[in-house]
Amino acid sequence: MKLGAALRRHTAAIRAMAVFTVILGIAYPLLITGIAQLAFQGKADGSLIRDGSGRIVASSLLCQQYVDSNGDALPQYFQARPSNASDSSNAEDHGCNYTLSGGGNRGTGDPALKQTIRDRIAAYAKAYHVEAAQVPEDAVTASGSGEDPGISVRNAELQAPVVAAARGIDPALVREAVKDNTDGRSLGFLGEEYVNVVTLNLALDKTYPVSR
Amino acid sequence: MSDTWAGTLQVAALILLLAVSYRPLGDYMAHLLTAKKHLRAEKALYRTMGVDPEADQTWGVYLRSVFAISAVGVLLLYLILRVQHHLMMALGMPKMQADLAYNTAASFVTNTDWQNYYGENTLGYLAQMIGLTVQNFVSAAVGIAVAVTLIRGFTRNRTDRLGNFWVDLTRILVRLMLPFSVVFALVLIASGVPQSLGEHLTVVHTVNGDQNLYTAATGSQEAVKLLGTNGGGIFDANSAHPFENPNGFTNLIEIYLLLVIAFSLPRTFGKMVGSHKQGYTILAVMATIWLGSLAFSTYFELHRHGVDLATGHAALEGKEVRLGLPASTLFMTSTTLTSTGAVNSMHDSYSPFGGGAGMVNMMLGEIAPGGTGSGLYGMLVLAVITVFVAGLMVGRTPEYLGKKIRPAEMKYAALYILTTPAIVLTFAGIAMALPGETARMTNSGPHGFSEVLYAFTSMGNNNGSAFAGLGGNTTWWNTAGALAMLFGRFLPMIWVLALAGSLARQQPVPESEGTLKTASPLFAGMLLGTVLLVVGLTYFPALSLGPLAEGLHR
Repeated sequence: MKLGAALRRHTAAIRAMAVFTVILGIAYPLLITGIAQLAFQGKADGSLIRDGSGRIVASSLLCQQYVDSNGDALPQYFQARPSNASDSSNAEDHGCNYTLSGGGNRGTGDPALKQTIRDRIAAYAKAYHVEAAQVPEDAVTASGSGEDPGISVRNAELQAPVVAAARGIDPALVREAVKDNTDGRSLGFLGEEYVNVVTLNLALDKTYPVSR
Repeated sequence: MSDTWAGTLQVAALILLLAVSYRPLGDYMAHLLTAKKHLRAEKALYRTMGVDPEADQTWGVYLRSVFAISAVGVLLLYLILRVQHHLMMALGMPKMQADLAYNTAASFVTNTDWQNYYGENTLGYLAQMIGLTVQNFVSAAVGIAVAVTLIRGFTRNRTDRLGNFWVDLTRILVRLMLPFSVVFALVLIASGVPQSLGEHLTVVHTVNGDQNLYTAATGSQEAVKLLGTNGGGIFDANSAHPFENPNGFTNLIEIYLLLVIAFSLPRTFGKMVGSHKQGYTILAVMATIWLGSLAFSTYFELHRHGVDLATGHAALEGKEVRLGLPASTLFMTSTTLTSTGAVNSMHDSYSPFGGGAGMVNMMLGEIAPGGTGSGLYGMLVLAVITVFVAGLMVGRTPEYLGKKIRPAEMKYAALYILTTPAIVLTFAGIAMALPGETARMTNSGPHGFSEVLYAFTSMGNNNGSAFAGLGGNTTWWNTAGALAMLFGRFLPMIWVLALAGSLARQQPVPESEGTLKTASPLFAGMLLGTVLLVVGLTYFPALSLGPLAEGLHR
């Protein structure tokens, strides 16, 4: 009798899990996928950006690194934030790796993190000709996701003259492009204002191409 | 708009959304859990499961039904992860290793969603859907079902029958979790979260090499991940990842989702026990702790406390520019005060006191407002303890909602509040005694200890967030973690359901002059004091070695 009840209960549990797997694990995601693909295809596909020939060149939501194979910044591009989303065993992986999202997870008092930040401050100050005290916080800290496409507006403003010089164009034109690629707070008060490095660099390449 | 204004408005908007939801959602949940009529779809489901929806279960049978669905859930999920390379849309991912699959199965079934793997390079799309999304729904519904059973313990008299688990489970899934998830999945996708099962889209980078893009059924899982206070992300970076949380708007929606059921359940409780004031009293305590903790962490993050100023500010380490400091701290506080454990910023890199507060939030037992269901039953157990303590002070038999708190009830309540700390501190102690395992820390000194303490606090309380510097994917961490999660989920459920059974058997006592008024600001204050004292005394020594040592040192 007792054993029979236990058996019935577990049979019910197996049947319940089977039927809920079909409803919640197959029907529900497929229904949402169907509606999403019909109604919001661009966003549902990952906010992809294609070039003239239809190749996918970026997702406007995911950062890219604009560095040479040594990891040195290419001055004609705006630089994304430091990223820990990289394969540490691959010397040519400098971050924004789409399959390795995540942060560095060091405490703010960690000696290694402090040294890294000091080095980044020095490098930024040298590259963009500013005092160390003026280096923006977002430029020397890695994002939580390692895929953050955003930089602060001040960071972009400080980078603009160097990018303009590398492209041989008027800094005002670059500042104009920065403005066009600045996203305000959602609804005016949610989150922070930021400049999207990915769309900004693509816009610059399109309007003011450089030969590499 | 100034940063301060934007940050304040953000919190105000969230409170407004929650306040507007409190009555309708709380009443709706009370309705669906007490309605006599079954929907036609539900009747079909009962037939498929082979259960009698009219059967009323004792607490023991109810508990064994919870165990049955959970055991089947763990086994099924384990199996899916082990054979995922044979499934459709596997993207060429291999099967998951055995100890990691065990850890992951225990993690998702217990509503913890601790993740020792990188979602985007470990799991195929179908394994995410039929494995993780399903458990996100079911584990949340189980929590609500257990909470409702405890409420029935107060409302039912002289009976050993507490309801039907299969009916509760089915109704919560069909009438609450599924429709809400559909709506909010679409809201999130319309705001930028991807939902695409296309395989291997290649992004041709303008400068560096090509990369494959992982999109998955992210929107549909994201909604239930938060609504069910699960926290298991599609991506390793969780809600910090731009695909899971693209902007300030989705961030607010996600925080709203992870709080809304838990903050509305006191209304359900008040409605079912016939006194909305009882619900408001519980709500007041939850809201006070939530607001207090938010103010505390926000202060220490914005003032960059403990951050070495000589190296410049580092408060944005581990945080997203598009979300910013206030929105990150709001998420951190809310995710650790519920059993969610989703993160939109890396808790390991918070200031010592800011991140330490996240740990304390979980140690409180995740009751402000807590996980779906588990927050309410945790808070009600503490209310039982509070009336007992108050009864001792005035020398009267303690009562709560017309039920006497006798030795039997106190035994279960005491076991409840002792179980989780015992799990957390024992496992953390063992880990610290094993040099090979502590070597998995990224950080050193007090912050390294904090990583280990945070890990077991998170797993024992079924949160799932981490000081993620800890490289937990080893056989020992996977096994010990799975045990901590399973014990931390199911032992307290035994005590809660036993307590419910004991309460329901009683004949209610009429309210008299000497009855402590449990719907009053005074009682709310006493309950708040009990919460803080019980936790403070239990965890203080461990905290002083971790975040306190770190924060005071600088």
